[in-house]
Amino acid sequence: MDSPVLAIEHFSAGFGETQVLKDITLSVLPNRVTALMGPSGCGKTTLIRCINRMHELTPGATTSGRILLHGEDIYARNPILVRKKIGMVFQRPNPFPTMSIYNNVVAGYILNGIALKRQEKDRIVEDSLRKAALWDEVRDRLHKKGTFLSGGQQQRLCIARALAMNPDIMLMDEPTSALDPKATAYIEQLICDLKKNVTIILVTHNIAQAARVSDYTAFLYLGELIEFGTTEKMFTVPQDKRTEEYLSGKFG
Amino acid sequence: MHISSDRIFKTILALAGISIPALLIAFIVTLLIDSVPAFLRIGSAFFTETTWDPVAQQFGVRAFVVGTILTSCIALVLSIPFSLSIALFLGEYYRTGVWSTLLKSAIELLAGIPSVIYGMWALFVLVPMVRSVQLQLGVPPYGIGIMTASLVLTVMIIPYSASISSDVIAMVPADLKEAALSLGATRYEMLRSVVLPYALSGISAGTLLSLGRALGETMAVTMVIGNANRMPDSIFSPANTMASIIANEFAEATDPVHLASLIKVGLLLMIITMLINAAGTYVIRKKTLNQ
Repeated sequence: MDSPVLAIEHFSAGFGETQVLKDITLSVLPNRVTALMGPSGCGKTTLIRCINRMHELTPGATTSGRILLHGEDIYARNPILVRKKIGMVFQRPNPFPTMSIYNNVVAGYILNGIALKRQEKDRIVEDSLRKAALWDEVRDRLHKKGTFLSGGQQQRLCIARALAMNPDIMLMDEPTSALDPKATAYIEQLICDLKKNVTIILVTHNIAQAARVSDYTAFLYLGELIEFGTTEKMFTVPQDKRTEEYLSGKFG
Repeated sequence: MHISSDRIFKTILALAGISIPALLIAFIVTLLIDSVPAFLRIGSAFFTETTWDPVAQQFGVRAFVVGTILTSCIALVLSIPFSLSIALFLGEYYRTGVWSTLLKSAIELLAGIPSVIYGMWALFVLVPMVRSVQLQLGVPPYGIGIMTASLVLTVMIIPYSASISSDVIAMVPADLKEAALSLGATRYEMLRSVVLPYALSGISAGTLLSLGRALGETMAVTMVIGNANRMPDSIFSPANTMASIIANEFAEATDPVHLASLIKVGLLLMIITMLINAAGTYVIRKKTLNQ
């Protein structure tokens, strides 16, 4: 068995007095898709925003416990460095409207002021767009604005933008919730293809999506981790009664 | 009874609404009619000549157009670093809290100070400062002139461009800012590469609107510009703007051509200011619709 890329240990988080996550412990294996599943308000988005230290940008945010990336506590490091190693894709596609498709892909380098040679940039752009399955659709309009793309294409552009930074982990926060079924199917296929390159943590409120794309599933309910295991096992023989009720649609 | 009172109410509202465009048209028509003697006597020399000498019946507006544009543009350039910093402070770093409330009310108060007060302050504070700089530079130490007027205009327009720009910066979608941060950008890098490019058109619109204000500012400028009816030869020389020449000479203009020429200056100033304001409003509206 591989050693985990990411280990979350007794981690709690909240806003001011409100506790959103309670004592979460789970580990994420490399080159697998781990789904965080649960009803609205269960804390799954808060959890992935803690993994790249975006949670603390909200005033009043609190955290305790440890999150280890390759054995090193990310809360002991500079958040800027953590975010360079952990990419994120958001609910709504958010390519930078003032940048071309090309510059959107290398936006991480532009933002961080990393100067790259022309060939190096060309290589990163082509490589990232190919991995995000967008290259063939945009190769002849790389220098046009990314906002003219369809929603699904924009989301794949955001995936390419995150991939370009060569992250250890890619966080996806309900990446298909703003997309139509066809674009959703395309992104789900892409997630399955991407795991040979990167470890993926996927937040979803869609049970079927977790079943289709993930290798491991964590079920969160009211800020607690109820159950965590292989997706196959959780969906066939759930250990906890609440998991079973959620999977069978009794609540959520 | 109820129906007729409703109709009367609606008519009153409609009349009140019509009165504003009607006033605007009346303004333009009055200015046009009253400037006819100047059109007849002076013709195109009004725009091409630089000499303004009521005694010799020479009325050329060129020097005042240059004076207006020079003072306004210097003020604009000087105000941008300040208004942009204030806008970033209010729109991004301190959107709520004691400091932002304090700064916001200070800006509102600055915008509300009567311009004659600004003029007085400029006479007592800016003029001696400019004079000592002129002594250092070895240019004639007038104190009053283009530079002094530009400085007081700078202070007067900062509240306008700062408040519009901070609103525009605060409107930049949070998900774009988060996207930048999630790529490992620092706050400064995010502002430079994502927030400012996104807000650029709105900030330029705010700047254009404050330019419109600087062009028409009369009292404070008249008090410190030096009132010299000639082409300025340096940024320190005493001059006149379109607004200040009207303020200075209107009361004494008894000669009909002189009076008509002043009215024509007013008409020109009004058209320029309206065009600048329309451009600024257009850019802001286009930006708001795009979101």
